[in-house]
Amino acid sequence: MTDHDTAEDQLEDLPLDALPLDAWHRARGARMVPFAGYEMPIQYAGPFGGIVAEHKWTREQAGLFDVSHMGQLHITGEGAEAALEAVLPIDLATLKHGNPRYSLLLDENGGVLDDLMVTRWNDGFYLVVNGATKWDDIAHLREHLPDEVTISHMDEHALLALQGPKAFAALDRLVIGDTPLGALTFMKGATFTFTHTGTDAWVSRSGYTGEDGFEISLPADAAAEVADLLCAEPEVKPIGLGARDSLRLEAGLPLYGHDMSPETSPIEAGLIFGINKRRRTEGGFPGAERIIREINEGTQRKWVGLRIEGRLPAREGAEVFSGSDHIGTVTSGGFSPSLGAPIAMAYVASTHAAPGTALEVEVRGKRLAAIVSPTPFVPHRYYRGS
Amino acid sequence: MRYFTDEHEWIDVEGDVATVGITDYAQGQLGDIVFVELPAVGSAVEKGKDAAVVESVKAASDVYAPITGEVTETNGALEEDPALVNSAPEGEGWFFKMTIADAGQLEGLMDEAAYKDFVAGL
Repeated sequence: MTDHDTAEDQLEDLPLDALPLDAWHRARGARMVPFAGYEMPIQYAGPFGGIVAEHKWTREQAGLFDVSHMGQLHITGEGAEAALEAVLPIDLATLKHGNPRYSLLLDENGGVLDDLMVTRWNDGFYLVVNGATKWDDIAHLREHLPDEVTISHMDEHALLALQGPKAFAALDRLVIGDTPLGALTFMKGATFTFTHTGTDAWVSRSGYTGEDGFEISLPADAAAEVADLLCAEPEVKPIGLGARDSLRLEAGLPLYGHDMSPETSPIEAGLIFGINKRRRTEGGFPGAERIIREINEGTQRKWVGLRIEGRLPAREGAEVFSGSDHIGTVTSGGFSPSLGAPIAMAYVASTHAAPGTALEVEVRGKRLAAIVSPTPFVPHRYYRGS
Repeated sequence: MRYFTDEHEWIDVEGDVATVGITDYAQGQLGDIVFVELPAVGSAVEKGKDAAVVESVKAASDVYAPITGEVTETNGALEEDPALVNSAPEGEGWFFKMTIADAGQLEGLMDEAAYKDFVAGL
């Protein structure tokens, strides 16, 4: 019995680093696997452990994810705003204090180097980038930002995500801030304090599961006691990377390095919302020429959802056909615990990208029937205010 | 008599028929199994070569034939309920039955005690 290699397994053979919560995960029976240069929990032991149980728990209750492998950067200094606009297709004039916004790090050809969240803080900008790309991102930003702009890697900070319909109820019991936690709607953030431990944390109402929830940035040395506090709430259980992947797939959210890369443009990937409106006409960001052209003229291929007949999942790399024509490739795929059926995301020729189009996906020489499906596969349940 | 491979397959020999599955340790490593692809009845399988594929939520994993022979029967119950591999890996969650081309190949496999030690050392 041997697992087929996946891209993250091949990522690197370098020695792995431990996350701030390494011992905390192991004490909960986590199976640790290499990911983004760290040993990370893929799933936990116990009656609520395992990818399917953890997935369903998050959809029904609240799951605590350790995403401390991600890069947290603090960008400060004179001219930081204009300098960031020169490297990102973002409109910072419309970004209010505390609100995270999705953006993209692009190369000169408009290929995607990373996707990230940008938040305006009082003294600059807070960026959250992918773990596997953070060192390259820092190097890229250092090269392209002027010397007066400082990039601080907040590597003394951990990042937790609390996700699920009960996330608010659980967190609301534990924190106090200048405004009630309930004042945070989707894609807003503020500082809150965990009253039991006195830990200050940056909390935003955001996440990667399609559920309501929060992302919590806090000092690494307080992460274990805060994780304990959260998991002492009856709604909260720790959730591993395995369910994180199946949850984001159901939510139709792309994973960098799989669904997008320097070989894909954000327009092909359906990430036009990452190119802010003013920048679509003004340009002035890396790859603007190609991206503005693609916005106006369309792309040869599009990233779409596929529902696959039967129970056999089609995974990353599976080829997509229309009759005998090879028209695309799966970039993420697996079994949806919520739907009880395989789902996938794929780049397909734009001529075959309309929802309802019947296609086939090849898995180990077998052709599986697939239908282009709107995403998300499972509706988002973000909290936008009552 | 039940034998085990270092790839976490088990093979149960009764007369000239052998039943093959994956071990409890293997199912625990794979997690929730959502699909099992079994070899065709009548197909030849070769010791150490791919015989079946197990799909968990996360990944596809190959299952190898512990010995060489011909597949005589497959476990149809896995089509309806692949989770049997999780709940009863060394019983109802069996994969296929096969002939034994060369009984000598069994000698290279582990018995239950040896496999237990092998897993304890992982």
